[in-house]
Amino acid sequence: MSECEHRSPSSWDPCADARLHIVTGKGGTGKTTAAAALATALASGGGRTLLVEVEGRQGVTALLERSPLPHEERPMLSAPGGGTVSVLAADPESALMEYLELFYGMRRAGQALTRLGAVDFATTVAPGVRDVLLTGKATEAVRRREGHRGRMSSTPPGSPFAYDAVVMDAPPTGRIGRFLDVNSEVAGLARVGPVHDHAERAAEVIRSERTRVHVVTLLEEMPAQETADGLDEIAGLGLHPGAVLINMVRPQLLGSADVEAAHAGTLDRASLVAGLAAAGLPEPGDLAAGLQGELHTHAVRTELEERIRGELASLGRPVLELPRLARCSGEQAVQRLAGALTEQGVRR
Amino acid sequence: MTPETLDVDGLLDDPARRVVVCCGSGGVGKTTTAAALGLRAAERGRRTVVITVDPARRLAQSMGLESLDNTPRRVPLPEGTPGELHAMMLDMKRTFDQVVEEHADPERARQILDNSFYETLSTSFSGTQEYMAMERLGQLRESDEWDLVVVDTPPSRSALDFLDAPERLGRFLNGRLMRFLTAPAGSGPLRLLGAGVGMVTSVIGKLVGTQFLNDLRSFTAAFETVFGGFQERAERTYRLLQDPGTAFLVVAAPEPDAMREAAFFVERLDSDRMPLAGLVLNRTHPLPEGPAARLGPEEAEQAAETLSCDGGHPVAEAALRLHAERARTRERELLLRDRLLTAHPGVRVTEVAALAGDVHDLTGLRWVGARLAGGGPATEGAADAE
Ligand SMILES: Nc1ncnc2c1ncn2[C@@H]1O[C@H](COP(=O)(O)OP(=O)(O)OP(=O)(O)O)[C@@H](O)[C@H]1O
Ligand SMILES: Nc1ncnc2c1ncn2[C@@H]1O[C@H](COP(=O)(O)OP(=O)(O)OP(=O)(O)O)[C@@H](O)[C@H]1O
Ligand SMILES: [Mg+2]
Ligand SMILES: [Mg+2]
Repeated sequence: MSECEHRSPSSWDPCADARLHIVTGKGGTGKTTAAAALATALASGGGRTLLVEVEGRQGVTALLERSPLPHEERPMLSAPGGGTVSVLAADPESALMEYLELFYGMRRAGQALTRLGAVDFATTVAPGVRDVLLTGKATEAVRRREGHRGRMSSTPPGSPFAYDAVVMDAPPTGRIGRFLDVNSEVAGLARVGPVHDHAERAAEVIRSERTRVHVVTLLEEMPAQETADGLDEIAGLGLHPGAVLINMVRPQLLGSADVEAAHAGTLDRASLVAGLAAAGLPEPGDLAAGLQGELHTHAVRTELEERIRGELASLGRPVLELPRLARCSGEQAVQRLAGALTEQGVRR
Repeated sequence: MTPETLDVDGLLDDPARRVVVCCGSGGVGKTTTAAALGLRAAERGRRTVVITVDPARRLAQSMGLESLDNTPRRVPLPEGTPGELHAMMLDMKRTFDQVVEEHADPERARQILDNSFYETLSTSFSGTQEYMAMERLGQLRESDEWDLVVVDTPPSRSALDFLDAPERLGRFLNGRLMRFLTAPAGSGPLRLLGAGVGMVTSVIGKLVGTQFLNDLRSFTAAFETVFGGFQERAERTYRLLQDPGTAFLVVAAPEPDAMREAAFFVERLDSDRMPLAGLVLNRTHPLPEGPAARLGPEEAEQAAETLSCDGGHPVAEAALRLHAERARTRERELLLRDRLLTAHPGVRVTEVAALAGDVHDLTGLRWVGARLAGGGPATEGAADAE
């Protein structure tokens, strides 16, 4: 990726130790896509990672052009150099069923609750409960050791972790603070019982140094502003900010001198006309006038992007860039983006 | 395919037109469009109010809005502007509070407003924002102080939420589980289901805590008296949306998801007999007029290849690659537009080209307004706002 050459490969280092990567950002900036790319990059070279989505939208399967998943973990993507990414579409209802069964052996009760819409109800009147159930799924996978699925109370510390890293495709910046602030979310709710204990355990993982919150952005003003605000909020909650992921980066076609000239309108029309004529195009004069307009637009855009890139760099977080792809779905697209991350030093 | 052009000025000038609603999926430009329309209507002589929801900070500031505020504030416009523009930023909690205060006696209102469940309901319940946007629209329309009310709709993934959410909220508040949980033990209507009332209550109690359940109970008891008035208001506003004096503009960005949402919304308006004025295609990438418009992406790419082999014309080569990309984008945009128009013939369209930067001041809004009314595309060259 030529546009990434100037990135320093060491910038990822503070995040390399993390076991949980939480990916947020303004809506539509590419959180799901970036999270999938990150999970793949972290699995490369023989690793095992888990990608958890929590918004109940089956975004990952849509990205991979597959049919919707049941709410269980399953391997879905392979990483360059060997390595597997499993995917979990977490949903509060099945998470709750698991916990009721685990703690109370209340399987039948759970089913009755579902039938009555009680789970839906409880998670609607108390959105904190839903968030805790979802973060709990991710943090449980972070702590899980091989051969002890689901029983985090009895993990033998010696055996290896089930996953090298877990990546969460999280809610957008507007809701991320509330979502991750697990403890205070349930503070007003039940003081005992599964949800409460669960929240404590989840909070411990989320606050740990080994959890990083990454923010996806575009080179546009609103997403960049939300990135700055989001990072502040994350730090304010005592959580650990990770990298800024700039998505949909276009290749730079013009040198900076030409960008300046195109913006100022001083680009040499005659040489443009000559070039178009040399390429054998008809009406090179009029064509040049049209293309010059496009160059001007591009130059204005590029300078704006450079300014935003500078602002993002000044946030003091590692910055990673993902190229804009013409077609951004399917396993190959994810692997290409993962490759771009690996080139920029992303590793586990 | 040449779409029929949406006559925005005709729409804004019509004295019978009292409400314009800007809908669409997340981030497509609803707020920008609403503000631009409001400004244009004012500049064309109408006394206009714009209800914005979550505007970008700089845009809000440019209209003189510093914080959430339910009261319309007059936006200072150049002297000699024939109409007026007033703007407000929806404060959903404040709106909700007012509805409660209006429909309940003071003591009951206090009980409701102090309830901890009410806090959740009025600030973070999905659907409340939509409900309150509609409520505020109804109030402003009924006050009859304005020639034209332009409404922006809340950010939401799906455009349909604006129409669906208020009913969902109503159904929830009045729902059987709510009644069941809050009825005196054992007397609820679900008793016959034999699911074990005690068990359900106890599990929900374990989840949310018994204190919370108690709050919920007292909330429902107090809210019951307000609910009828509440529902009736919502129904009246819904009917207002069907009035011929209302016009819906569906805003979409030329991307598959947004266009799909736009098509759903067009269908929905039709089945709910709500008046669709047309489609705003925002942030498009039209080609410059002249031979550039006819130079296709493959041809441009090939010409760039030729130059790259010979070397010596780097700027022309870059210009051609840039054009190839833009022309490809344009092809996709037109394809998406035509697909929607084939499925929904007769939908009128207006197009607003993408500006290089954000739209965050009156100049930018004026430019967007002119594009909206101009019907045809134009590149931003003339209005780089920077
Ligand atoms: N690098 C990229 N190149 C091209 N298109 C991209 C890229 N990344 C994402 N996209 C496209 O942008 C759109 C939004 O991406 P995605 O769904 O990942 O965003 P998101 O932030 O998860 O959205 P939401 O807030 O709705 O969950 C999709 O259509 C996706 O294909
Ligand atoms: N034609 C345009 N050219 C360039 N930028 C635009 C254009 N229209 C809107 N924008 C910018 O796009 C961003 C989103 O626009 P806007 O806030 O109006 O969308 P919205 O549909 O109201 O979003 P939300 O669903 O979040 O409420 C803003 O930064 C705005 O300045
Ligand atoms: Mg997503
Ligand atoms: Mg908006």
